Amino acid sequence: MTQRLHELRRSLLVSLWFMLLTFPIMVIRVNTITGTIRWRWSNLALIGIGSFVISVVWRYAMQRKTGEVRATGVFAQVGARVGAGAEKVRTVLDSPKVRVRLVSGLLAAAVAYPFLTSMYHTNIMITALTYVVLGLGLNIIIGLGGMLHIGYAAFYAIGAYSYALLNMYFGINFWLALPIGAALAGLFSLLIGLPTLRLRGDYLAIVTLAFAEITRLVLQNWQQVTGGAAGIPNIPRPQLFGMTMRLHQTTTFVYFIMLAVVILTIFVVHRLENSRIGRQWVAMKEDYIACQAMGVSIAKAKLTALGIGAVWGGLVGVIFAARTTFINPASFTVWESVIILSTVVLGGMGSIPGVFVGALVLMLLPEYLRPFAQYRMLIFGALLVTMMVFRPGGFIKKRRKAYTITEAEKQSVIEAGAEADEDTEE
Amino acid sequence: MKRKISRKLLLALLVLAGVALIFAGCARDEQEIAIGVAGAHSGDLASYGIPSVNAAQLVVDMWNENGGVMGRQVRLIVEDDVCQPEVAVNTAAKLVGDGVVGVIGHICSGATRAALGTYVDSEIPVISPSSTSPSLTQDGQHPNFFRTIASDDAQARLQVDFVINELGLSRVAVLHDQGDYGRGLAEFARDFINEESGIDVVMFDGVTPGAVDYSAVINRVAQSNAEVVIYGGYHPEASRLVGQMRDRGMETLFVSGDGVMDDTFIRVAGAAAEGVYATSPMDTSTNPVAVNAAERHRARYGDEPGAFFLNAYAATQALLNAINVAESTAYADVTAALRNSTVETPLGPISFDERGDATGVGFSMYQVQNGSYVELGN
Amino acid sequence: MNYFTEVVLSGLTRGSIYALIALGYTMVYGIIELINFAHGEIYMIGAFTALILASVLTIFGFNTIAILFLASIIAIVYSAMYGYTMEKVAYKPIRNSQRLSALISAIGMSMFLQNYVRIAQTSDFLPFPRIIPRFPWLSALPISMSSAQFMIFASTAVVMVLLTFLIKFTKIGKSMRAASQDKVMAKLLGVNVNKVISVTFIIGSATAALGGILISSYTGQINFYIGFLAGIKAFVAAVLGGIGSIPGAVLGSFVLGLTESLGAGYISSDYEDVFAFIILAVILIVKPAGILGKGQIEKV
Repeated sequence: MTQRLHELRRSLLVSLWFMLLTFPIMVIRVNTITGTIRWRWSNLALIGIGSFVISVVWRYAMQRKTGEVRATGVFAQVGARVGAGAEKVRTVLDSPKVRVRLVSGLLAAAVAYPFLTSMYHTNIMITALTYVVLGLGLNIIIGLGGMLHIGYAAFYAIGAYSYALLNMYFGINFWLALPIGAALAGLFSLLIGLPTLRLRGDYLAIVTLAFAEITRLVLQNWQQVTGGAAGIPNIPRPQLFGMTMRLHQTTTFVYFIMLAVVILTIFVVHRLENSRIGRQWVAMKEDYIACQAMGVSIAKAKLTALGIGAVWGGLVGVIFAARTTFINPASFTVWESVIILSTVVLGGMGSIPGVFVGALVLMLLPEYLRPFAQYRMLIFGALLVTMMVFRPGGFIKKRRKAYTITEAEKQSVIEAGAEADEDTEE
Repeated sequence: MKRKISRKLLLALLVLAGVALIFAGCARDEQEIAIGVAGAHSGDLASYGIPSVNAAQLVVDMWNENGGVMGRQVRLIVEDDVCQPEVAVNTAAKLVGDGVVGVIGHICSGATRAALGTYVDSEIPVISPSSTSPSLTQDGQHPNFFRTIASDDAQARLQVDFVINELGLSRVAVLHDQGDYGRGLAEFARDFINEESGIDVVMFDGVTPGAVDYSAVINRVAQSNAEVVIYGGYHPEASRLVGQMRDRGMETLFVSGDGVMDDTFIRVAGAAAEGVYATSPMDTSTNPVAVNAAERHRARYGDEPGAFFLNAYAATQALLNAINVAESTAYADVTAALRNSTVETPLGPISFDERGDATGVGFSMYQVQNGSYVELGN
Repeated sequence: MNYFTEVVLSGLTRGSIYALIALGYTMVYGIIELINFAHGEIYMIGAFTALILASVLTIFGFNTIAILFLASIIAIVYSAMYGYTMEKVAYKPIRNSQRLSALISAIGMSMFLQNYVRIAQTSDFLPFPRIIPRFPWLSALPISMSSAQFMIFASTAVVMVLLTFLIKFTKIGKSMRAASQDKVMAKLLGVNVNKVISVTFIIGSATAALGGILISSYTGQINFYIGFLAGIKAFVAAVLGGIGSIPGAVLGSFVLGLTESLGAGYISSDYEDVFAFIILAVILIVKPAGILGKGQIEKV
């Protein structure tokens, strides 16, 4: 009981602290023209009550996280049930049969989607899928390669501009631009990667940010070639055997292109993860000195991760340009890179389903939260912080392939060891 | 097993994709006439977009009270694009999906340009109250686009003429904020000056919005001995440029466009704002239609109408009038009516030329005098 | 005064502006190796609080000197409180997680604080009063320098000297150095690491607020977004000089400021930021830990 009282007292103190802290900005509103002050006392009450409640919940969640408190009563039951449910889902999911069914069900739903909903929803879904691919691409660099990259939007921009410019100057069509854009983005990533091989961690992060900004500023200021800040209008939409399509047909068409790219990305990333090079990346991420000692070329591993990761940005960049038919440098700012990074980390670094879910949630939620548009970014920021505090692994944590040693195996190893000892004794 | 399934799925996918392309959309037949209003209704630029919604609502209410257009009631569908091109594409798709016969919007030039592709393909007329980028009407790609505001080249023309004829100066520094609007304006001004004799552009450069210090650019302006600065951009950078120039004791004149014609500029720049020139749409607030519109706004919403209110009011009137005159909501009829009929609006009587620019709207030169903008007489 | 001196002077002004923000950045980084993205937001909140207080005091009829001191001091205290709270809420719980989590948390904090001020106050630009009085003796100098510029130079120098002194010679400074080298070892030796980190955030935030007030009174305007742009540049400056090093942050800031100013003054201000980022990339490629940074020691 005293424990509870103590807790409540602490929460009360926290709420008083926040009331004091937010006082000037939340309560005072000065109108400098008329020279009057509006005291918004209701805000103070709001902050007081809000921070008290949040503090209670926060502390409880914190104690749960560190294992200081076990849930009791209803919470325990619910918790146990959720836990058991999650465990069940996991085991069920592990069965290949269920997996295949689940994936085919998802695919069927994805294919049916544009026919069941309006063009608007299809369009939003295209945006969300775009971020799925961007997230998965960046995931190769960050989640697998362990290189902190905050300039991914540059590759997206390069893809978009390569299609727009190649089309404008040489009339190259969408299908041809698709591989060219992807290749250019990959090549550009390698070019940045080469001189910065020695950089690690935060130094690499800031240099990638610098290169992304340089790219954007050049696109913005090189008026003669790129159209500058005004951007490039009238980019043709994707064509299919020269058919003339109406707008909503094109939208559906783009949706299917996007879906195909998503499937391709998931397939490739999945295969990469379990390949020789994928293992090298993960080894490099975990401990790069040990990795070098094992004979892995760090330079090669880094460059392949950078190159292969960037290709996806270029690929969806081309699709982005073809879809909006208009691009300008303002679409590729630092914030864009930060959002892509957030989808990866929120979803779960290194985990394909995680990034998938992260991108869908981050892109779809704001679209359907339009009524709260004012508070959208505020909620988004708070969500990022709480997620990192309570679930730093993201929505879906990466599960490493692990080999569990059975008792029998353990025993045989021990016996073998004993025999070996005996051998040496002789 | 797995591989087989995915192959089957791929096949199914392709078949369905084919089916998707065969199906054609069927136009919805509704009793009501739906009009879209698109623009920034939330976020930083909301203050530019909300007045258009109010204006459109007022005009639509007026028509509906008088029995509607062609005897049918008019309904507004309002969609937010936060002034971002990539969002505007979604917004446009939503409006097209909702079956609108015309759109009032979008607000920002970039968003308008991105959305226009969708509207062109769907054959929907679009009237923007505020997109001033010249290429929207001049590149000939958008036969469905109209606007009730003059384009930026007209502003630049007026600025250059003013510098030559009224101020009689010959050394001009042209600055911009590297943005779509600001740079466009500055380039027109530079080109117009280069066509004239006896006046030179002594410096042409961009400033970085949000940078902590502009003294490097100011140094160069001082170095170039420019007598006047023509600036393309918005008021936050303008007030700092003017402020730093006056701090240094420079008396170089400052001429800018409607991005600076904002009371915030005068408040922030303070004494330095005094004497600054800015072009902006002609003041038609004494026009009887405008007076009436503003009064109805005050009665309905309780405050003064905001930016582009009258332009949006005019745009909505023009659209509904065109449908009424054409007695049809078909694309060809409406656009023809927009080009051929003249309508009485708060901006005066207007009609549209072949490119989609309104005839009869233009800019005036304003100057800050004693802490407020005053329209300079011709 | 010839053109070159003017360009250099404006480069130095820029440099000391960046330095005022970068000092706090680099200090926090030195202790917990966190890119505190929200540092720029503390700078903005400091300036905003000062503006609000100054307006209130003006309406209450205080005299100019009282307003100047009261508003600045309260704003600095408030920013320190924000910094302290931010560390407790967003960084302390994840101190032992991977580095990236802390970075994302900082980005989230940055978004949150920006929008908090935008919603609670306004998204408009507000005029910031020129609170620094004119110093008549400045006009006697051979170069033309405004009093705000002078104050920024002087504060940068004072803050740099104080911080260096603090870290080199005081007890808390020694604890900071100990904590930055090895937290577990420091704990074993009786250093209260939590307290050391809190103090670091408090000092870093206070310098950010001081910067916010001085710089805003130089630029004459603020809105909720000024912290982000200034913060990125200050961060670049800190990395350039060798992040974690106090003199490095100041040196990096001046290099950055001068590069931008010379580029803008002699080539084109269109590409001012490009010059800044290129110099960063070049220096890091040549010296991967920044100008004064020490190479990282590999712990195997």
